[in-house]
Amino acid sequence: MKAGAYDAARRAVDAVESPVGGALSAPVRWTGSVVDNVRGYFFAVSENRHLKSELVQSKATRDQLEALQVENARLRAVLGIRTDPPLPHVAAETIADSRGPFANTRLADAGRDKGVSEGNPVVSEHGLIGRVVGVSDHVSRVLLLTDAESRTPVLLVRTNGRAILAGDGGDTPKLDYLRTAIDLKEGDRVLTSGDGGVFPRGLPVGTVVRGLDGGWHVALDSDAAPIDYVQILLFSDFSQLANAQALAPKDLPTAMTEEPSASIAPPTTSAPVAPKPSAAKPPAAAKLATPAGAKPAAVKAAKPTARLMSLMPVRAAPVKPPKHVAPTKPASPQYAAPAPPPPRPSDIPL
Amino acid sequence: MTATTGFGSGKSMSPIGWLGMPMLFCAAGTVLLATPIRIFGLGLPEPVFPLTVAFAWAVIRPSVLPPFALLVMGLFLDVFWGGPQGLWPLCFLTTYAAVLSVRRLILGQDFIVMWASYAAATALAFAVGYAVMAMIAGGLPNLIAVGWQFLATLVLFPFAHRLIGRYEDADVRFR
Repeated sequence: MKAGAYDAARRAVDAVESPVGGALSAPVRWTGSVVDNVRGYFFAVSENRHLKSELVQSKATRDQLEALQVENARLRAVLGIRTDPPLPHVAAETIADSRGPFANTRLADAGRDKGVSEGNPVVSEHGLIGRVVGVSDHVSRVLLLTDAESRTPVLLVRTNGRAILAGDGGDTPKLDYLRTAIDLKEGDRVLTSGDGGVFPRGLPVGTVVRGLDGGWHVALDSDAAPIDYVQILLFSDFSQLANAQALAPKDLPTAMTEEPSASIAPPTTSAPVAPKPSAAKPPAAAKLATPAGAKPAAVKAAKPTARLMSLMPVRAAPVKPPKHVAPTKPASPQYAAPAPPPPRPSDIPL
Repeated sequence: MTATTGFGSGKSMSPIGWLGMPMLFCAAGTVLLATPIRIFGLGLPEPVFPLTVAFAWAVIRPSVLPPFALLVMGLFLDVFWGGPQGLWPLCFLTTYAAVLSVRRLILGQDFIVMWASYAAATALAFAVGYAVMAMIAGGLPNLIAVGWQFLATLVLFPFAHRLIGRYEDADVRFR
């Protein structure tokens, strides 16, 4: 009862006080705003100066932000390059550039401390730019494809032809040692062939163009953008690409005849060994199974495929197995055709 | 090293002044223009700065020091640009020797004649470089690239002319 009366009285007082207080405080507010205006008028210059300095700082920050965004995008593009099989690599920035007719090199700010060694291929986000020819602790020198001393074995994708890309100090290196039978066209894609073992196979190089001298040249992919960030592939030789597990001798699957119940070669549990001269002659049918499966053949077949490395798909002629031999497990995972995609939920019969 | 005072104009022939500082400027210019930037899609020009001093030193006066200075600068260019070792020293020393042999014909000529002489000396240097690179690389270097660098180097003649004008009267014994 008492509390209710107190609350009612307080609300009544508040209701009355509100307009009174408002009326009383209005002059104070007006005075305050006048003072603010006067103060703003007198301090406008200093405030303006302060705001201008803030604006300059903001612009600098904005420019820095934009520069960082561009740099970030470039670095992401460089790091987006993937080799197959994956190779260890080091990202670097080029810090000096020589572009003369007698030397075309660049300095990259990654050296021995990051594992770079002479011969490592160097790529930008667009393609191959050259290889490392000198390494110090923190810096490495990259010989560009355009250097007069640069020679790079390349592959023409459309014709599968081989050539040597020879730099001459110009923007478009020449294609040397071309077979006359190779039918070249402008726009043909050029990749590294991997011949000689200096470069991995399949790195994009450029497209074929006609030079002013009438010869075939290559417009380099790496010219599409400034070469400021590069990726140094820590590639030494093909042995590092080989999958040791895939190359190891393995059990061969059982070869089957057309009649599924009859096995013509019993499965072996141990690693196959070369047949001794005194060993029993294998059944004639077994010979049919061995061309793709016997150990020597398997090892020989696996090695070259382990060397296959591409950033772009390279077509290979399909090999048909003999009719009467069941499909065997591929000798190396790299030989295997791409696995069929998993069935979509809609394809699974309910 | 003591500074030699010229008899005619009283200008100092200090080795630092007529050899050291130009070398420094050449090295600085070379390093500066090796910056890997592109403007409107084009890279910076790459002139051969030391050819200006190779020409100017031969015109100013015969001396023992310039060939050694040119050797040092040539080796620097080989190392800095990553070219074959000895290429640029050979080019510079050949140019210096050629200009020195016809020095009396060049000295005191007009600006244009001097520029033409400088162009001939530069062409000789590039011809030597072209021949050496063709032998080393087993193929002919691109003539367009050679032409661009030649033109970029020709533009530098005012620097050589300024150096010659500054020191050619410093020692009248070689007039």
